[in-house]
Amino acid sequence: MIIATINGIPVHVAEGTTILEAARQVQVKIPTLCHHPDLPPTAACGICIVKVQGSNKMLRACCTPIEEGMNILTHDPEIVEVRRTVLELILSNHPNDCLKCGRNQSCELQNLAAAFGIREELFPKFISGIPKDDSTNAFVIDPDKCIHCGRCIEICQELQQVWALSFLGRGFSSRFAPAAGMRLVESPCVECGQCSSHCPTGAIFELDETVKVWQKLQDPDNYCVVQIAPSVRVAIGEAFGMPPGTNMTGKLYTVLRRLGFKAVFDTSFAADVTVME
Amino acid sequence: MITKTVLIKDTTPGSTSGTKEFFDVFTAALRESKLADEIRLVRAADIGVYNHGIVLKILPDNITYANVQHHDIKRIIGVTLKHGNPIKDLLYQPRAYQLRLVLKNCGRIDPESIDDYIAHDGYRALSAALQAGPDTVIREITASGLRGRGGGGFPTGLKWSMTRSTPGNEKYMICNADEGDPGAYMDRSVLEGDPHAVIEGMLIAGFAIGASQGYFYIRAEYPLAIERVQKAIDQAHAYGLVGERIFGSDFSMDLEIRLGAGAFVCGEETALIASIEGKRGTPSPRPPYPSVKGLWGKPTCINNVETLANVPSIIRNGSAWFSRIGTENSKGTKVFAVTGKVRNSGLIEVPMGTTLRDIVFEIGGGTASGKRFKAVQTGGPSGGVIPEHLLDTPVDYDNLQKLGSIMGSGGMIVMDEDDCMVDIAKFYLKFCVDESCGKCAPCRIGGYQMLNLLENISRGNATLEDLERLRLIAKAMQKASLCGLGQTAANPVLSTLRYFEDEYREHILNRRCPSKKCTALLQFIIDRSRCKKCGLCARSCPEKAITGDKEHGYTIDTARCINCGMCFETCKFGAVERN
Repeated sequence: MIIATINGIPVHVAEGTTILEAARQVQVKIPTLCHHPDLPPTAACGICIVKVQGSNKMLRACCTPIEEGMNILTHDPEIVEVRRTVLELILSNHPNDCLKCGRNQSCELQNLAAAFGIREELFPKFISGIPKDDSTNAFVIDPDKCIHCGRCIEICQELQQVWALSFLGRGFSSRFAPAAGMRLVESPCVECGQCSSHCPTGAIFELDETVKVWQKLQDPDNYCVVQIAPSVRVAIGEAFGMPPGTNMTGKLYTVLRRLGFKAVFDTSFAADVTVME
Repeated sequence: MITKTVLIKDTTPGSTSGTKEFFDVFTAALRESKLADEIRLVRAADIGVYNHGIVLKILPDNITYANVQHHDIKRIIGVTLKHGNPIKDLLYQPRAYQLRLVLKNCGRIDPESIDDYIAHDGYRALSAALQAGPDTVIREITASGLRGRGGGGFPTGLKWSMTRSTPGNEKYMICNADEGDPGAYMDRSVLEGDPHAVIEGMLIAGFAIGASQGYFYIRAEYPLAIERVQKAIDQAHAYGLVGERIFGSDFSMDLEIRLGAGAFVCGEETALIASIEGKRGTPSPRPPYPSVKGLWGKPTCINNVETLANVPSIIRNGSAWFSRIGTENSKGTKVFAVTGKVRNSGLIEVPMGTTLRDIVFEIGGGTASGKRFKAVQTGGPSGGVIPEHLLDTPVDYDNLQKLGSIMGSGGMIVMDEDDCMVDIAKFYLKFCVDESCGKCAPCRIGGYQMLNLLENISRGNATLEDLERLRLIAKAMQKASLCGLGQTAANPVLSTLRYFEDEYREHILNRRCPSKKCTALLQFIIDRSRCKKCGLCARSCPEKAITGDKEHGYTIDTARCINCGMCFETCKFGAVERN
């Protein structure tokens, strides 16, 4: 056990606990951006910096293990000023696209800017203008919105072992992209979706074809059928705020028919057949 | 018959006729003493002594006199030239001595011959270390006070003992030879001139920490260094000094070279490790430090070339010998690559505590142009500038840090009054912006934003608020960057702001560059009184902004002028003025 203090509050935590985790245990919120609870810290953004008494450096709370006797300070004018400047810098390299962004209202950068009360831009905008990659039927990659948190790359390389994504280039022109700069469709990407579900901003998001579907449904010359994957009946429940695991099969069929689909096919039958074989 | 040669040089800054005058007076005096046939007088271009008035060097006696006056000539002829005796009060007393510990073999031994190295006490320290045992070796290095020469100044003995005390039977030793500061070539010279010393240092370090494998991480731009180190490893292998059971002991260690692909950030230890592992060279958070979890996740010790080159002589001569050299907290010597606007540029090695003034003026000889010295930049792109009034500071790790610079790996760039501090800050920052790995936001975006602010200042498109913005970003970079590159990248900007804020304000408020370096702020005009109406300027102007003819003379249309400075360069009569 390690005993330390955070903002004067004593903490007792197991060895190896990071400052961020320890702070959460005593209800102290240290703002983060690149950090994701599923992933090892990449320590890229520099938002979660804190002070440790006796050192004039600032340490990243996300990746620094707390040590015996540390007196940690998470908020003071200097720390907040540095955090704010870093956030302003990140915003100066991010398009003001919120209204038409696939991640509008579910964007971690947007939330952070709101939390810091950013009302105007301190630094001039510099956007690289790298074209989007919409070569697959699954995702759109928009490198301009990337904040270099490295989550997608960590997921793709270390967790999924696919190695479709990596960082390319150096410094200000560094960017995340399929390895060797190829298009996503040519890369080893298996469209697992882990990158987009971990992306904090709109840099990787699912291709949205809702409008196309509406058009087909409203076209009298089309006979529209729909087929759903086994997992959707549960996932949609979560999206509408049901307890996780709620089975929505009946409601799902109904709503699809109401939308105008002439027939609803369920892959779960095929899945059952596969299991029986 | 000529028996003696006297080299004469007037070393007074700015003096042009002194040498000739003195030469003539001396010639006359020799003729009077009937020695003209025996003594040869030579007007020398460079004697290696600077700012000491008239300097004479008498050969073959190798006597150097400084600050010689005309009335001394008689004495010199009578005492020294006739009888070969030196005159005490005229003797040149160098204030700053170079002390070559690291470079002692460079240029003296054949770097491609292990026998030559052995003949100069080579590998004796390794043998002594193997007999003494790792704990004694670490104790000696700790007691010597040796600190890392790569820039950080971390105590070497402490680093070794930390790596040694981490449990694990597989440990690694790495020699960091990814030298990349602009204008710095200390490590290259040591690797090229004395590769065996570094290998011996590596082996001793490896023995002390318990490593069985060592890597030289050398940048690929150093082909000769790579060739010589490889050759030296092969030779040492053949002699049983590298490999299995070295000197018949239980200690075995292999050495291999890994090449860096030219990324400056790979000099940072965690990025260097990633690079050796074949990954993208980006830093990772510390802790865990390499001494706990380094190469392939094993305890690893990384030392700079110069640090390791110091090790054999410390083991041979003892820690007490080494710790007598230098200052209280910085022991030994430091190699510097003195470049820039200095008369005598090159590699020097001085004891810690030598003042900057001695380095720049005594050893370096002052500015090459004879113009006023302005500042010296130490520590490369992570360092800062030090102005003239602080030149008497003794060089050591702590002093330089207090002045807003760092010791760094040993680059030292001298600047005179023609150097604009905004321009200098821009140059170093540009280097770091180009070399940033792009991983963390403060460094990647902060550096780029600062560079643009500096660009605006040098074009006269800035406000005083931009200085505050610079400071704000600089602080965020210092505090929130992940690695040393980002944390120190703002130093050149901060230190120029600290000592030369006037120059920044002059650019901003009066749109004027006092050093006439920022061309966007200059205005070129033709001085009619000096113009010979030759028309060369008009022909050289790429924008056809100079109009006129050979009859009426020429004028520059400032609206079309792009401030390229071509006319200023081409005019042979100094008729083009820049303001």
